[in-house]
Amino acid sequence: MQKYSGFGLINHALSHHENWQRVWRNPKPKKKYDVIIVGGGGHGLATAYYLAKVHGITNIAVLEKGYLGGGNTARNTTIVRSNYLWDESAKLYEHAMKLWEGLSQDLNYNVMFSQRGVLNLGHTLQDMRDIERRVNANRLQGIDGEVLDPQQIKEIVPMMDCSDLPRYPIMGASWQPRGGVARHDAVAWGYARAADALGVDLIQQCEVVNFIQEDGAATGVMTKTHGVISADRIGCVTAGNSSVMAAMAGFKLPLESHPLQALVSEPIKPILDTVVMSNHVHGYVSQSDKGDLVIGAGIDGYNGYGQRGSYHTIEHTVQAIVELFPVFSRVRMNRQWGGIVDTCPDACPIISATPVENLFFNCGWGTGGFKATPGSGHAFAATLAAGEATEMTKPFSMFRFHDGALIDEHGAAGVAH
Amino acid sequence: MFYIYCPHCEEHREEEEFHASGEAHIPRPLDPESCSDEEWGEYMFFRTNPRGIHHELWVHAVGCRKFFNMTRDTQSYLILETYKIGEKPSITSAAAKLQAQTKVQEGV
Ligand SMILES: Cc1cc2nc3c(=O)[nH]c(=O)nc-3n(C[C@H](O)[C@H](O)[C@H](O)COP(=O)(O)OP(=O)(O)OC[C@H]3O[C@@H](n4cnc5c(N)ncnc54)[C@H](O)[C@@H]3O)c2cc1C
Ligand SMILES: [Zn+2]
Repeated sequence: MQKYSGFGLINHALSHHENWQRVWRNPKPKKKYDVIIVGGGGHGLATAYYLAKVHGITNIAVLEKGYLGGGNTARNTTIVRSNYLWDESAKLYEHAMKLWEGLSQDLNYNVMFSQRGVLNLGHTLQDMRDIERRVNANRLQGIDGEVLDPQQIKEIVPMMDCSDLPRYPIMGASWQPRGGVARHDAVAWGYARAADALGVDLIQQCEVVNFIQEDGAATGVMTKTHGVISADRIGCVTAGNSSVMAAMAGFKLPLESHPLQALVSEPIKPILDTVVMSNHVHGYVSQSDKGDLVIGAGIDGYNGYGQRGSYHTIEHTVQAIVELFPVFSRVRMNRQWGGIVDTCPDACPIISATPVENLFFNCGWGTGGFKATPGSGHAFAATLAAGEATEMTKPFSMFRFHDGALIDEHGAAGVAH
Repeated sequence: MFYIYCPHCEEHREEEEFHASGEAHIPRPLDPESCSDEEWGEYMFFRTNPRGIHHELWVHAVGCRKFFNMTRDTQSYLILETYKIGEKPSITSAAAKLQAQTKVQEGV
């Protein structure tokens, strides 16, 4: 792998940037792999990378039906934070946060991770009680967090309406300074490049249409374009399409797939240097390095696989943003899109063995899995390497929906992002 | 934006008057106390979540406030039919779907 550096940039300038190496190979799939990862989003690519790097398993294929990172990874609003309520999930998201903090160096790829802080606003007494409880829990978990009053919020975001004039005045907020945003595409590309360099085969335009099973164990996959490809172990990381994949394998998941929309404004001069989220008026906004306001809110209520939703959902989102930031009322919106998120009843992911031996699923991240990409990949790789749940992934078994050990993160998951 | 026919009000209304309530035709176990954890968990949480024809429950939340069922394609978002609780869907397979194209309602 060609190492990226400032010196390299100058060097390549001398040859008019014509000698850059391809970022990854485009190999023909082999007949058999040690591990097949289905789904080349951020989570699948990170899983392959850590399998190769941490566990020395390099005979891996990532099978992606479209192009790498073209699913929710390409469509999310890139908010990263780790201030979840319960120990199990906070530990997982904080594990991701620690990996984020060294990720650009580790991958030799600038993922533009920017720890500009995340504010979660409270507008009611109950909001504030929840926020205090969560921040206190976070502190016990060793995760940074503070409870701010409107005066302190005003210092961080001067043009937000912190007066008592709005219908739901801001009463306070939780503040995680280590939270922020990252460049979504760069995360997928960085993991893909680094995994490829370790020998992982990235196969694009290769849709998995069935799982091959013998005596209740998965032995490979049937693909649309390359026939049967065998593997000792299979990890399925297909986000919104996971229920469809499970149906192929012959079982059900506790998931529903919903459209989740987001939109960006035209680029404007720097105006917002942090991330502002509100569960109650229901919306969130940050500003990208390009200058556009990145805005999102809730899912469309119906099940859908169409990567689009209804307009009134966006309308409500924008209403919430204008309530918080009257100054944005005349900013023009540029683009709007949707992804398909796999929502789980307790707003926590599933990283789990399944009723089919050698077939593992990593899904259910719903509206908020981008922030977990490194931790999810790292933890799922350990699970796949061991062939069973690890300390970290054990609580996220799909069978928690049988025994009732749910991890309710609806409060901390809050506004869908 | 869906334009939905409420079988109770017997008229088309805009989506914002309605609320989607998930998969339809999931019978509550007759004797919950005798269910195994697995049976109860399946009933509570596990869903078919298909890509394609889906029978689902909707409520006319700011209209008549009654629940009804809908058959809808989750890929194309086409609403194929709506029918009252207790009735059976008339469209259940892809083949039937084609025949029914003529009485299709407006999608997004
Ligand atoms: C609008 C929006 C905003 C969001 N905002 C945030 C946010 O601010 N912060 C945050 O943390 N999270 C956010 N999320 C959630 C986040 O995007 C996802 O949880 C995360 O990206 C999931 O990553 P993934 O790699 O599992 O999924 P994906 O990137 O969707 O990857 C799954 C891949 O599997 C492939 N696939 C599916 N079926 C098959 C098959 N049969 N064969 C081969 N390949 C297949 C797909 O093509 C896809 O590329 C948002 C999501 C959306 C839609
Ligand atoms: Zn009605």
